Amino acid sequence: MRYIEPHAHMVSRITDDYEAMRLAGCVAICEPAFWAGFDRSSVDGFYDYFCQLTDYEPKRAAKFGLPHYSWLCINPKESENMELAREVLAIIPEFLEKPNVLGIGEIGLNKNTRNEIAILEAHIDLAARYGQLILVHTPHLEDKLKGTNLILDVLRADSRIRPERVIIDHVEEHTVDRVLDCGFWAGITLYPESKATPARAIDMVERAGLKNIWLNCACDWGRSEPLAVPRTAIEMARRGHSRESIDDLVYGNPLRFLSQNPRFQIP
Amino acid sequence: MTREQALDLYFMDARCKLIELAAFLDRVDRSEGEADFRLAAIQKALPLLSSAKEGRARAVLEALSDPTVDPIESAPGKGACGAWPGLSTP
Repeated sequence: MRYIEPHAHMVSRITDDYEAMRLAGCVAICEPAFWAGFDRSSVDGFYDYFCQLTDYEPKRAAKFGLPHYSWLCINPKESENMELAREVLAIIPEFLEKPNVLGIGEIGLNKNTRNEIAILEAHIDLAARYGQLILVHTPHLEDKLKGTNLILDVLRADSRIRPERVIIDHVEEHTVDRVLDCGFWAGITLYPESKATPARAIDMVERAGLKNIWLNCACDWGRSEPLAVPRTAIEMARRGHSRESIDDLVYGNPLRFLSQNPRFQIP
Repeated sequence: MTREQALDLYFMDARCKLIELAAFLDRVDRSEGEADFRLAAIQKALPLLSSAKEGRARAVLEALSDPTVDPIESAPGKGACGAWPGLSTP
């Protein structure tokens, strides 16, 4: 089996996870910027984090033969502080020149506030001006349906944004159809409790089809499973899906989306 | 996948989760004090499992979701609890 892990927060994981993912067939890892579990007190905290994502973490991954790519932003949980958010937005262009940066993400909404929407719009503007791919986080649990609809409205209101260059992550059964119908890519996140289980993820793929969907583990400092994607591939095989279909979902699809940025290469 | 294959693969898991849900409801009943909107949310969603139509998972997720459409002025906190607090308590 070969697979691409398109969404993993490896700064929160131990080195053994890199080895386990490599052993399971992972050929590349992508790491969006996210909330550290606490609010950073200044733009300097983000500067250091972006250095970690673009310099230190790729070196750690390389020890296991894994190319490491990153996405940059201030996440929606910290976007409520608009002054800080604007300071962070101002330092992102400097890092867009780093060789492992794929785009702007994971931007989006958390509690669906006016400030979060303003900073989401600012990120989308930044991505449009710099020709970047976009990775979107949709809110958790009871906030997801409303937040997904608000995010789609914001993205569709900007005529510079091409839906095929945007992936909207953490979709579930009540949001996946609208995301795909609007022409965006959809990411299904595999978590033990929230988001989707392997069985539900495959259900969604069986109903919606393989096109424009990727799976990810989004492993971080919370309850999460770095090997969730290969486990789901095994689950697909148990249901009788072909080797080609499984490969298309866990390798071909993320490769197609991510290769829109020529920096993304599988050695 | 045939229905028999689906049952072979997933019946025991579904059975386990069904009993866990029943035990959870018993546990809440046995506990002291008032329940809140989260129990109301589960009670609202339970009948959706008996629907004859496919789409039960989507319907349950929608029943647990914030049904409003306008952005809110400020965040009450960072987390989500899994049910919309606007639901009335049982």
